[in-house]
Amino acid sequence: MKNHYQLVIVGAGPAGLAAAVTASEQGISCAVLDEQAAVGGQIYRAIESVPEQRAKVLGTEYQRGTALAKAFRESKAEYFPNTKVWSLTADKQIGLLHDGKSKLITADQVLLVSGAIERPVPFPGWTLPGVMQAGAGQILFKSSGVVPSEGVVLAGSGPLLLLLAWQYMQVGVEIKAMLDVTPLSNHLQAMPKLPRALLAHHYLTKGLVYQRDLKRAGVVTKIGVSDLRAEADENDELQTVHYRHLGREHSIETGLLMTHFGIIPHIWLTQAAGCKHQWDKSQQCWRPSHDKWGNTSLQGILVAGDGAGINGARSAEHTGRLAGLQALYALGVISEAERDKQSITERKWVKAERHIRPFLEAYFAIPQEMLATHAKDTIICRCEEITAGEIRTAVEQSHGDSNQVKYLSRCGMGACQGRQCANAVAHIVADAGGLAVSEKSHFRGRPPVAPLSLQELASLSEENV
Amino acid sequence: MKTEVLIIGAGLIGASTALQLAMRGCSCIVIDKDSPGRHASGANAGGLRQLNRDPAEIPLSVAAAKMWHNIESLVDSDCDVRFSGQLRVAENKADMEKLEQRAAMVRSMGYQHEEIIGKKELYQLVPALSPHCVGALLCRGDGYGRPYHALTAFRRKAESLGAIFQSNTEVYSIEQLGEGWEVRTSQGTFYSDSLVNCAGGWAGKLADMMQDPAPLTAKALMLMVTERLPHFVDPVMGAASRKLSFKQMQNGTLIIGGALVAKLDFATEKTEIDWSQLAQSAKTVVDFFPQLKDVRIVRAWAGIEGFMPDNIPVIGASQQVKNGYHAFGFSAHGFQLSPVIGVILAQLILDGKTELSIEDFSISRFDKQA
Ligand SMILES: Cc1cc2nc3c(=O)[nH]c(=O)nc-3n(C[C@H](O)[C@@H](O)[C@H](O)COP(=O)(O)OP(=O)(O)OC[C@H]3O[C@@H](n4cnc5c(N)ncnc54)[C@H](O)[C@@H]3O)c2cc1C
Ligand SMILES: Cc1cc2nc3c(=O)[nH]c(=O)nc-3n(C[C@H](O)[C@H](O)[C@H](O)COP(=O)(O)OP(=O)(O)OC[C@H]3O[C@@H](n4cnc5c(N)ncnc54)[C@H](O)[C@@H]3O)c2cc1C
Repeated sequence: MKNHYQLVIVGAGPAGLAAAVTASEQGISCAVLDEQAAVGGQIYRAIESVPEQRAKVLGTEYQRGTALAKAFRESKAEYFPNTKVWSLTADKQIGLLHDGKSKLITADQVLLVSGAIERPVPFPGWTLPGVMQAGAGQILFKSSGVVPSEGVVLAGSGPLLLLLAWQYMQVGVEIKAMLDVTPLSNHLQAMPKLPRALLAHHYLTKGLVYQRDLKRAGVVTKIGVSDLRAEADENDELQTVHYRHLGREHSIETGLLMTHFGIIPHIWLTQAAGCKHQWDKSQQCWRPSHDKWGNTSLQGILVAGDGAGINGARSAEHTGRLAGLQALYALGVISEAERDKQSITERKWVKAERHIRPFLEAYFAIPQEMLATHAKDTIICRCEEITAGEIRTAVEQSHGDSNQVKYLSRCGMGACQGRQCANAVAHIVADAGGLAVSEKSHFRGRPPVAPLSLQELASLSEENV
Repeated sequence: MKTEVLIIGAGLIGASTALQLAMRGCSCIVIDKDSPGRHASGANAGGLRQLNRDPAEIPLSVAAAKMWHNIESLVDSDCDVRFSGQLRVAENKADMEKLEQRAAMVRSMGYQHEEIIGKKELYQLVPALSPHCVGALLCRGDGYGRPYHALTAFRRKAESLGAIFQSNTEVYSIEQLGEGWEVRTSQGTFYSDSLVNCAGGWAGKLADMMQDPAPLTAKALMLMVTERLPHFVDPVMGAASRKLSFKQMQNGTLIIGGALVAKLDFATEKTEIDWSQLAQSAKTVVDFFPQLKDVRIVRAWAGIEGFMPDNIPVIGASQQVKNGYHAFGFSAHGFQLSPVIGVILAQLILDGKTELSIEDFSISRFDKQA
């Protein structure tokens, strides 16, 4: 690895791969860093090694990744897998960990395409062994074909939950129930957005097919579920899932509950660098502010893909290319006219991919009760075991700012550094003060973006002398 | 708005001053451009250290230590303080000689709080320490607390006695009106009989506005904290000849510092961690405690603090203007001093004199050098 590149791309998902191919065609020095062992990002995880049978189950959208990965392998971009980026500064110094050693490198342009994470939504019992995020289940399935051996309850909201249910069904996993927490009122909210969504009817069709297949396979789906609660047995492991549906209490015995509440951009690197962020009301999350090329508020730091705002894997590929073109232009490798010319079709695609989003965002919006008005004993910060009640007390004692609440209660100060609870805390703090989340500040991001051992950090003193 | 005393800066120094004034029935308002404890007072390492103080600071530090040992009676909260001692470890004979000289000097001033311990006692105190060390300088009455909790306790107690804290109120200009003050801020104009400048890293700017300049430099100090570990060390650890300051907090996390400076853009207050320096720090920790090598760092940050050229604060009445007071430039060790600084300022403002001598901290000491 060199100490300096013209372009460093963080993330080898669809956005990163597409950007790298575009940029390296012009002969610039370009490095792609990813903490995973192989290319593909979230959607195309294990794309180069997946057995044919599993690829089939994962679907045609997944298989699309093969061509992208191939083009990337044939490009001149230098690829560094197993490379975790733990710091980024405004002047584009990147701290990374590779082979157990830390290193600082610099770049003229940095493209952050680090994707999305599943939105953490605390509910009673969410920290019990036996409760996990659906994404983690999908990661296991993609990378090693591992699926739950006993039945599973799926709960939450969003297209990925449906997709996982469908994939599990294909390989014979027993789905005890699908508990959809989106209230029926969402459907009304989403209706006005349907006409535009119909322009991207292939997505709608796919969703309907998944639903039909699940129904045919006898999977019970309950829509408009509330008061989701996981309860443990005497060994403190998940035993029962309780919920309310159509005004009645229900419960299911299960040793495994997988939840999914949509995805939100991974903003830890843009935060570390000090990029400006904004609250996206429709997507119920923060995202880095950026222009149509992916430029953030900091010069030479760009974003694309789902890390810039959730628009899906196809869009990630196109916004990745646009950011690649912008980086080339900023480096003085191509002219403005050349950049604009090459961007025309990409931009058309980005627009087309956007059609479905307002509908999906309204349809799958998480109800406010799950975001802000948690029962007082519900654990919000799982690292430090801080409850909603303790956070509300801290709001009263401080002057109601997320960061003061953090100092007082320690929520967000544990091993994950608030990556799990930042959103929930922001909602609770805003709600307690009767304000919109957008008016409240986010936890100040503190580096390192990922935990680093003392020895790994110490290795920097040998590496960069 | 009108008040007897206007305090600029809602850090620990401002909060402690407000508390002492309020206890004596004096009305005061504390204003801050951000929020209480947003800067050094919320971001510091919480070290309560008399050990190795500048000789001028020793009397104040010893008085402050007494207050910390009784902190609950003052602010109704124990501020999570622990008195587990602070150590400066000697790694060789030269280090040990240095520490012995220091202990002798402190004794000659009539103080007993710093004592030399030999190898045997050192390893009884810190069995986990790498075996190469030879002895240490120890102050048993030292320890640590939780800064933001302490700040909140001081503020809330002061508020309960009538002091007013106002956030998001930035001072733009200061004017002497007769013997009192007119202070223009982002939230309107304040009038007061007396004015206290405890604006931390920004106190130099405020001193300029008061027509009483002082050579203060703002620097951003870095700290890092690790994941929680099983309890393995009690005292706060320092070293005789290496940059190290290291403690295990009540909750098991380690706080690692050592006066390392981050990059600071003072105008925007943006700080940038200097990883190569923290890497040295990590290496020092692993040298002293090899078993910690796989412990994970979860966060690093930097806080802005005011430094004076001689690394001791400015405390006292202005020499240039009437009813103006300063307490700033604590040069990375004001957390421990804060309770006593409040007492001193309240005495100065209300009685015109102080019990403890503050001669060495006069702002005019810099005139002579110029
Ligand atoms: C768990 C999960 C599963 C998903 N599964 C699907 C799916 O099956 N189908 C679908 O359509 N969409 C899926 N998505 C949505 C996903 O966001 C896609 O839209 C798509 O993968 C986005 O592409 P991207 O290039 O923006 O980011 P990603 O594909 O997410 O790629 C980002 C890459 O950045 C790397 N990275 C992140 N942080 C760092 C760091 N600090 N250091 C080094 N590398 C880093 C990651 O390892 C990752 O490989 C999933 C999302 C999640 C969170
Ligand atoms: C990382 C770090 C570690 C430290 N570790 C220790 C330790 O272990 N032990 C120890 O004893 N000390 C330590 N210190 C030092 C200690 O934190 C400080 O000396 C002490 O907190 C100073 O308190 P203060 O109230 O003067 O300053 P601050 O807490 O900085 O308060 C000053 C306030 O003034 C406000 N202000 C500035 N300008 C204006 C304006 N124009 N208008 C209105 N308000 C304004 C600021 O917003 C700020 O809140 C450390 C400091 C740092 C940064």
